[in-house]
Amino acid sequence: MPIQYYLFLSLALFCIGIMGTLMRRNAIIILMCIELMLNAVNLLMVAFSKMYNDASSQIFVFFVMVVAAAEVAVGLAIIVMMYRKVHSVDINILNRLKH
Amino acid sequence: MDVFEILFWLLTVMAISCALGVILSRNPINSVLFLIATFFSISGHYILMNAQFLAIVNIIVYAGAIMVLFLFVIMLMNLNADVEPQKSRLVQLAAIVSGGILFLVILAALRDSAVRGSIDKNATDIGLIKNLGKTLFTKFVLPFEISSVLFLSAMIGAMVIGKREAAPVTDNKNPKQN
Amino acid sequence: MTNLVYLVPLFPLIGFLINGLGWRTIPKSVGGVIGSAAVLASFAVSLGIFFEVKDGVSQVVTLFDFIQSDKLSIPLAFQVDSLSALFLLIITGVGFLIHVYSTSYMHEDEGMVKYFAYLNLFVFSMLLLVLGANYLVMFIGWEGVGLCSYLLIGFWFKNRDYTNAAKKAFVMNRIGDLGFLIGMMLILYHFGTLTYSDFFGQLQGDGPVVSASTYNWIAICLFIGAMGKSAQIPLYTWLPDAMAGPTPVSALIHAATMVTAGIYMIARSSALYNLAPDALTLVGWIGCATALLAATIAIKQYDIKKVLAYSTVSQLGFMFMALGMGAYTTAVFHVMTHAFFKALLFLGSGSVIHAMGGEQDIRKMGNLGPKMRVTQVTFLIGCLAIAGIPGLSGFFSKDEILASAWSHNKAIYWLGVIGAMMTAFYMFRLYTLTFTGKFRGTHEQEHHLHESPAAMTIPLVILAILSIIGGYVGLPPVISEHHTLNEFLTSSVTNLGHHVIDHSTEWMLLGISTAVAVIFSILGYMANRKPAFAVNTGIAKAMEEKWYIDELYDAVIVRPLRSLSLMMDRYAERMGIDAVVNGVGKGVRWGGDRVRLLQSGQVGFYIFILVIGMTVLFAVSFIWNN
Repeated sequence: MPIQYYLFLSLALFCIGIMGTLMRRNAIIILMCIELMLNAVNLLMVAFSKMYNDASSQIFVFFVMVVAAAEVAVGLAIIVMMYRKVHSVDINILNRLKH
Repeated sequence: MDVFEILFWLLTVMAISCALGVILSRNPINSVLFLIATFFSISGHYILMNAQFLAIVNIIVYAGAIMVLFLFVIMLMNLNADVEPQKSRLVQLAAIVSGGILFLVILAALRDSAVRGSIDKNATDIGLIKNLGKTLFTKFVLPFEISSVLFLSAMIGAMVIGKREAAPVTDNKNPKQN
Repeated sequence: MTNLVYLVPLFPLIGFLINGLGWRTIPKSVGGVIGSAAVLASFAVSLGIFFEVKDGVSQVVTLFDFIQSDKLSIPLAFQVDSLSALFLLIITGVGFLIHVYSTSYMHEDEGMVKYFAYLNLFVFSMLLLVLGANYLVMFIGWEGVGLCSYLLIGFWFKNRDYTNAAKKAFVMNRIGDLGFLIGMMLILYHFGTLTYSDFFGQLQGDGPVVSASTYNWIAICLFIGAMGKSAQIPLYTWLPDAMAGPTPVSALIHAATMVTAGIYMIARSSALYNLAPDALTLVGWIGCATALLAATIAIKQYDIKKVLAYSTVSQLGFMFMALGMGAYTTAVFHVMTHAFFKALLFLGSGSVIHAMGGEQDIRKMGNLGPKMRVTQVTFLIGCLAIAGIPGLSGFFSKDEILASAWSHNKAIYWLGVIGAMMTAFYMFRLYTLTFTGKFRGTHEQEHHLHESPAAMTIPLVILAILSIIGGYVGLPPVISEHHTLNEFLTSSVTNLGHHVIDHSTEWMLLGISTAVAVIFSILGYMANRKPAFAVNTGIAKAMEEKWYIDELYDAVIVRPLRSLSLMMDRYAERMGIDAVVNGVGKGVRWGGDRVRLLQSGQVGFYIFILVIGMTVLFAVSFIWNN
């Protein structure tokens, strides 16, 4: 199984995640697509750790998961707060940065 | 074609189609379910590569905790297909095109890359919990401890941000302007 | 004592600092004492230096290195030799008398202490000018006296006309200074040094080979500086207007010292001018023309100070005439005698103005003699001196000028005689109208008439004595073998050699001078004994209106310059530069407004740009590495 196969798989998942962040207007779906991107990277790293027989790559994956979990918690808190204000999760409504 | 390869291709197809399902479905609940399926297929890949610990952790943490959290929030907001905002077709097209271009660029860059090698079909031991644990608690013990601090801060942050304000909420129809 | 020469300018400088910094708090009499004492101290040191120089001491005292670079070395140094010692005495001596006079004249003025500060600063600058051992130190003094002239002419600054006169003086001086600077730079370029001893040594022997026209150009450029400072044609119109300042200022600056700076400079540069015959011719003719022009204007002036001002311009013309003949020491002689009698005349006129309560029009004066005996007698002595009556100082110096003109250029001689005629005429016209005849003023003025206090009359008396005896240092060859002044100055000034006049011709010239002086003095008296002031017409009107020269300058120079400035302001400045500079600002603002639209606040848009950027970066690095 040449490494190229895992490389392209991970790349495909990553690009699908990017398309998702650009295409969707729902803030929660966008967060989910970010999770998808992170997972694509995780997959690649595990593949490399198998190839080079090095465990530190898998430890890194572990920490990526840690960070992803924390990030989701905070991100969802923000989205909930946003929903309380404007009663919608449409990102087009959040254009206060314009000012 | 041995079992290993068949399983690999099966899992690959499943992962990609479920990922496509995530981004293309209108109902957000469907998106969540598709994402859970994607995670399962990725865990399958992990098991194929004998990264047992990570496979299980992937299921437990991602599919089990994070996605459940997502589902809670979606159901809290009562989102379904009809209130789902959609971007215009033009923008969607632009998004797909730019994603595709990125894919092609990196693909081209990696085609001639110096990374050569193959995944050994034979099982290795580095994915076992015992070995991972040894590395984690000796070489990477400092990041491990700090990640606990990270969790603490995330918890506190989430609680502070999500707290309902003590002041009476004004008329919901007009969001505050300030 | 010569080593202490730096004390000479130092005392007035200290006086300036004390009076200048404390002019609001120092009481008036104390300020006057400080100012006068400073100049007296300088005079004492100058006297000591003079006696040493008389015995043959001549040295350069260097204070410190002012400009020191690879090719250029200009120290702040003082040159003590016969020429500078003589000028030191004149400046500090006459200056001291004028300071004493001012203590009484400016007694009622609020800014009297400020006035003394300016006077001291002026004396300091003038001393720097004459003491400098190189052209740069002279130039520092040159500029300093110009500045003080501006400050003092516009001393009563609340009057717009006076400040305009001060500006006019300063600007005309500045035009001359440009010539001076160019001359200095030419000297530096060709000879590499500004120090007198180096420069003159190079001229006489071992300097670079330079074409004759270069000497002429340098000399002419330096002379342009002298034109501005010493009020020659065409830069003389500031001097009559400068009478707006207090009368002692006119006496000190515009009669005795500042205006003689040009003559000092040319006399100092005698070695240069001896090599530039064309420049000398120019100097001589301009001096002659100025002498005549100013004299014609003076005949028809009715302000007592204006008559004296034009008389000064005319006498300066005589001095430049002498310089043009190459008779530098003669010019310096006339500087000395002129300082005595012109300062005397100005101070006397100040006394008259003081008695008349500020009136300066001689048509309103008359018969002031009986009430002001000392002023009258001293003024008469001054008039006799300037007219050239034999026995007084002016006779000897003026006769020497005419004698040198005779041996060089007869045309200039006869023109000089005409100038002497007019000088005698207008001076006695002035005297007659002021001190004799019937009083033509108002009754209050008549009651106010009184002799001036001692502080004003004693300087008058001293100057009168000097006007009488000052000529005996320069006796003509027919009378005495030794020309004391010429012998004294020979060590530092080289006269252009001239033909020796034989004795009979000399007596004839003396006779002509005497006759001219006496006849025209009497004519001046007779014509104005019973004056009838008719309205002037024709040539007389032109003379009264100063030949319309000021109006000419206004039309030819001032107005075109002003319209040029306005045009430049409107087109080059507003439409050109401002538009460009403001346009840059406006352009940035406009661009900013456009770029601001990028900040739509839409998060989706931001992510999109992020992805695009990432793609571009990847693509670029990919192409780069292949």
